[in-house]
Amino acid sequence: MKNEHLYNYILGIADNSLILGQRMGELCGHGPTLETDIACTNISLDLFGQVRSYFQYAAKIAGDGRTEDDIAMLRKERDYKNVLLAEQPNTNFAYTIGRQFLFDVYHLAFLAELQKSSDLTLSVIANKCIKEVSYHERFSSDWVKRLGDGTEESNQKMQEAINDLWTYTDELFHQTEADKVMVEEGIGVDVTKLKVNYYKSVSELLEEATLKTPESKWFQKGGKQGIHTEHLGYLLADLQFMQRAYPNMEW
Amino acid sequence: MTNTEQNIEEVLIPILAKVSDPEIPVLSIMDMGVVRSAVIVNDIVKIEITPTYSGCPAMDVIGDDMKKALQDAGYKSEVNLILHPAWTTDWITPKGRQALEDYGIAAPLDAEADKSVLLEGKRLVVCTNCGSQNTRLVSQFGSTACKAQFQCDDCQEPFDYFKCLK
Ligand SMILES: [Zn+2]
Repeated sequence: MKNEHLYNYILGIADNSLILGQRMGELCGHGPTLETDIACTNISLDLFGQVRSYFQYAAKIAGDGRTEDDIAMLRKERDYKNVLLAEQPNTNFAYTIGRQFLFDVYHLAFLAELQKSSDLTLSVIANKCIKEVSYHERFSSDWVKRLGDGTEESNQKMQEAINDLWTYTDELFHQTEADKVMVEEGIGVDVTKLKVNYYKSVSELLEEATLKTPESKWFQKGGKQGIHTEHLGYLLADLQFMQRAYPNMEW
Repeated sequence: MTNTEQNIEEVLIPILAKVSDPEIPVLSIMDMGVVRSAVIVNDIVKIEITPTYSGCPAMDVIGDDMKKALQDAGYKSEVNLILHPAWTTDWITPKGRQALEDYGIAAPLDAEADKSVLLEGKRLVVCTNCGSQNTRLVSQFGSTACKAQFQCDDCQEPFDYFKCLK
């Protein structure tokens, strides 16, 4: 493939949205209230829509007949390059919200930079996505505040979720091989530069929510290299079942 | 062609105007502003549409419905989805806004007002049932990606608000 770095770069971005979208989609019919159920599935739908734009572009770059569906549904676990944060399970609603919040703050900052990409298609997709993601971020940060500054129990659960998920945040700012090449070419976002502002924004919001910013300096990594937590396999089994059982279905 | 202009051949307008958003049947796709261009090249109608929200499942249906309407009028057609310039609620025509209101969906406010109702709980959205402004946000996400849920504190009617996208 001529543009292998670009292809891998796009998949890295899109896989985050695909896997997180699948996680949010699991709330369909299972949300704690009707409104939150609808909100989570709306977020899921937005993310899947964004994924389609990325994968359609990736399929065009690959240029070997593979389609958006093949890319989404027919890869093996190690070929998914999403961050570990995205695949963490919906342990309880605080975890769902915490995961979403920790990703949304990153996602917004990332898309703001991707809009400046010298690659027109990526810049246009980012421009479209950022409007949707700003709604996601409003929703998730709003709920972090409501739960954090709610009852003793909701505060404790929200704090627990943030503490547990914290270990997956540092990976958001790790550069892959494809990242480095794309940054050099003016196409990609230098994620290392987003880190300081990210932790600043997150800490401020946590403080507002009467939650403590975790102090742990020990972080998990591996998702960007395809080394995932045990949760991804089960998620993929769910995601891929229909396509593998009935090949060539379209989404 | 500037960002907001559409390039649509006159003869195609009445055909396309008959196609509506499957989720908001009163709203013609022409009034929604999703058709960016429709031209006839070598007897084939080439259309460009822009999605409202990325994941909007209505877009596939709209594309198929447009092809069907054009086929009924004797045209072959190709529909392409374009992402640039990105769709904005500013492209909904005054007629389209009225159709939304009549259907029970409050039309989008301007970006500033939209922010203050969705974020700060300001009461600015006018109830589509009784016209009161004493309305409150129930959820930022509604029955489809483009809408938020509101309720009127005067007549108690729940209703959808079409979120501003800009
Ligand atoms: Zn009313």
